Amino acid sequence: MKENGGKWEKFFKWINGETTIDSVILENSRKKRFAKRKLRHQKAKFIALRLKHSKRRIQEIICIIVAVVFIGILLKTASELPTCGKPDNPVNNEVSERYLEKGVEETGSINLVSGMILDYRAFDTFGESCVLFTAVICVAMLLKRDKNNIDPIEDQELKEDEEIKNADGSLILKFVARLVIPFIFLYGIYVILNGHLSPGGGFSGGAIIGAGLMLYSTAYGQENTRRFFTYETFKKVSATCLLIYCFSKGYSFFTGGNHLKNIIPKGIPGNILSSGLILPLNICVGIIVACTMYGIYSFFTKGDI
Amino acid sequence: MNLIHNIPFFSIFLAMFAGIVTILIKDGDKARRLHLSITVVIGIMSFILLMYTYTKEQRFTFMMGHFPSPWGNELKAGPLEAMLALLFSVVMFLSIIGGKHLIKKEILPEKQGFYFIMMNLIFGAMLAIIYTNDLFTAYVFIEINTICSCALIMAKDSGSSIIATIHYLIMSLLGSGFILFSIAMLYSITGQLLMTQLKGSIMVLLSSGEYNFPLTIIIALFTIGIAIKSGLFPFHTMLPGAYDSATTASSAILSGLVLKSYIILLIKMYYCVFTINMIRQMRITNLLFFLGLCGMVIGSLLALKERRIKRELAYSSVAQIGYIYMGIGIGSDLGIEAAVLNIIAHALAKALLFTVVGRMKDVSLSQDFNHCLKCAAHKDPIAGIGFLVGSFSIIGIPLFAGFASKLYLAIASFISPAKMASAFIIIAASMILNAMYFIPPTIDIWSPVHESDGNYGPRAKVSKSFALSTTAFIAINLLVGLNYKYIVHIVDIGIQLMH
Amino acid sequence: MTNMLRFLTENHYEAGAIILFGIGFLNLLLQDNLIKKFIGLNIMDTAVYLFLVSQGYIAGHTAPIATVGQKALASKFINPIPSGLVLTGIVVSVSVTAFSLALVQRLYKKYGTLSLDKVLVLLKEDKEDESNP
Repeated sequence: MKENGGKWEKFFKWINGETTIDSVILENSRKKRFAKRKLRHQKAKFIALRLKHSKRRIQEIICIIVAVVFIGILLKTASELPTCGKPDNPVNNEVSERYLEKGVEETGSINLVSGMILDYRAFDTFGESCVLFTAVICVAMLLKRDKNNIDPIEDQELKEDEEIKNADGSLILKFVARLVIPFIFLYGIYVILNGHLSPGGGFSGGAIIGAGLMLYSTAYGQENTRRFFTYETFKKVSATCLLIYCFSKGYSFFTGGNHLKNIIPKGIPGNILSSGLILPLNICVGIIVACTMYGIYSFFTKGDI
Repeated sequence: MNLIHNIPFFSIFLAMFAGIVTILIKDGDKARRLHLSITVVIGIMSFILLMYTYTKEQRFTFMMGHFPSPWGNELKAGPLEAMLALLFSVVMFLSIIGGKHLIKKEILPEKQGFYFIMMNLIFGAMLAIIYTNDLFTAYVFIEINTICSCALIMAKDSGSSIIATIHYLIMSLLGSGFILFSIAMLYSITGQLLMTQLKGSIMVLLSSGEYNFPLTIIIALFTIGIAIKSGLFPFHTMLPGAYDSATTASSAILSGLVLKSYIILLIKMYYCVFTINMIRQMRITNLLFFLGLCGMVIGSLLALKERRIKRELAYSSVAQIGYIYMGIGIGSDLGIEAAVLNIIAHALAKALLFTVVGRMKDVSLSQDFNHCLKCAAHKDPIAGIGFLVGSFSIIGIPLFAGFASKLYLAIASFISPAKMASAFIIIAASMILNAMYFIPPTIDIWSPVHESDGNYGPRAKVSKSFALSTTAFIAINLLVGLNYKYIVHIVDIGIQLMH
Repeated sequence: MTNMLRFLTENHYEAGAIILFGIGFLNLLLQDNLIKKFIGLNIMDTAVYLFLVSQGYIAGHTAPIATVGQKALASKFINPIPSGLVLTGIVVSVSVTAFSLALVQRLYKKYGTLSLDKVLVLLKEDKEDESNP
């Protein structure tokens, strides 16, 4: 009995609700791991420092010389480039002239930059959405909880975090969030829907909505966010939007490439429902960006959506 | 309306579409089947396109959207592009089939879907880089290529693979930074982004003698960016770690195809935006020639020193990239043709070698040190034969694909005496070195585990998919090696049409 | 030399962009901490965007948003192409940054350090353990 006193003591403590066995074990393993890690790190630091003294100095000096020469050459090059801000630079040629003067007529969009990236040069923008998609899949691949990426200590901490949030913790944050979040969403939606009429568009509006989702998740905890936004919704929504994007742009490329008539009406420039495919594309891009931003945030903080 | 003209557009969008749809598929097997079927469809379409453009000797443009060339995006396809797309689909298909078991074993089941998303997207991005006629589009798809290739390396999820990914990512991003800077400067002096119009304005600038110095720097920056991304000799440090720690199918595709897609873009830049004569006058070809020679020798020497077989193959890739850049550095049409020929030969041989090594690792003691692969060829004779064929092709023995490319490199170097002498000496030296670093592993895999008792141990269970992939690789390699004249002809027409 | 000086005073956007590019480049080469390395990369990207967007600027012209009912004139607006390209570029840069930071996070979980030198030493030890069990 006496030998096991330490263990029993912990057990009684656990029955009394003072501490849980899990957390005791966790605490011990955490200490052990930190001690082990510290030892290894000291050793590694020692070796790294020794390496640094012998090799690094020369390397650093070479790097600095290379960089300075490189900057010098680039500055010399840039000094021979056309002066910035002149209207008669080679950049301002027939290409930009047509974008500016015929943009409204040909794309139906008042915001000429929107018209340019979503109609004249839409293939780039398709690639850009794919880059975003790729990035979020990569982040999920790396940080989503799985067999190789599991850490009981971290999970425990996250759980404690959630519990604090479900109890009456962070009152000020919750109150302010309740006030602000509807306006954030409203503003984001406004920016997306007016992407072809005023500065803004899918990317900026989507980022605003994503920020709103992040604020909600920080204030109310992930459990509450999961009621309307889980990993499944994330997958389905972003895949659907990307597919709509893919098909509608595919249609317009197909008709354009084969010199067929595009049957999508342009509408009257200046109205909300105008500018052909730009408005739906902006909405799709906005949703993708919002999902992506929130997805990246929650993979980083919690390892899952 | 000509449906064949839609093929480049269809192939890119089909691959991208497959990538997006794969996220909805939970099962790794289904995702793989989707990817394979998409590859087959794109391969067939590319073959039709190749036949069409080759018989008609035509290079056509496809408008991406309703606006003509200086305003909208464009794709451009000729025999060369079609042949490369065909090559990419074939190698991709066979590497995935051959590495199937290892993908299943080394990547967690719930992440296999993600792995195939990346495969589809990287395939689409490579096709877009080959076909696009717009510099900025090329940049965007280069970035997709970068991120996806990093994802393919890290899919195995071990400590060393993450370090290797970080190294690969930093180098690649440095390269893309240079490329973007050069595109920005090129845009600022010409005001164009499409290759056809760029060529026109650069010709005007050249004849007026304006902006001569910036033009040189722009070409140099672009070339350095591509060289960093494709692992030319002083920038090759990212390759060994990455190929060693990635799963076999990834290594095969990264070294066989992804590096090559950047080089193709460089060749396209040299023909469709600048002219090869202009590059030669700026002496950038001499730099590439020199670096290529260095890569050939040093890559082989490093491979000779290496004990881990996948690292050895990575260094051998460095040497082969050296051959390709040497071909570009000769600075004539013939040199570029030889470089393209080497791209094809190396893609076939190196993908075969990586697949075979993966299989041998699988059947033997599950460690990839040379001496642990002992007797692996007896356990799976097809793997042993595949290794032999792959190494013969890399060394450049007649009958195999690698021979033709080396022959043409030597012929192309007749352009100037100095280049000829150095190219002949270095090619000969490099071939001997290649043979030297392939001999120890070949002996190892065919010899018994213990020298004395001569016991070869039991045969491993035959893997149908692996046997199919290796046989197909060997057959294609021999086919290319025996009929290289046709391929040279296609490449020749393709290069002439790009002028 | 006078040419250079005139350039530095007149084209401060371009000069600043190139100097920023150099700072980012040096950061990338010299920093040992991985997060700082990636910040260096980000600075490099941003420098290129500054350079690109300064190409589209025309003194005295406004943002390219037309007014309904009026004919849009090229002599009124700045060049929209660089703005569009930078928009694309920024998204690419965001994605790359997210990916690289995720990699760094995974690495930290595995090795407990952000210093590249230390990680390389630890990795070497691991490999030696692997090869002589």
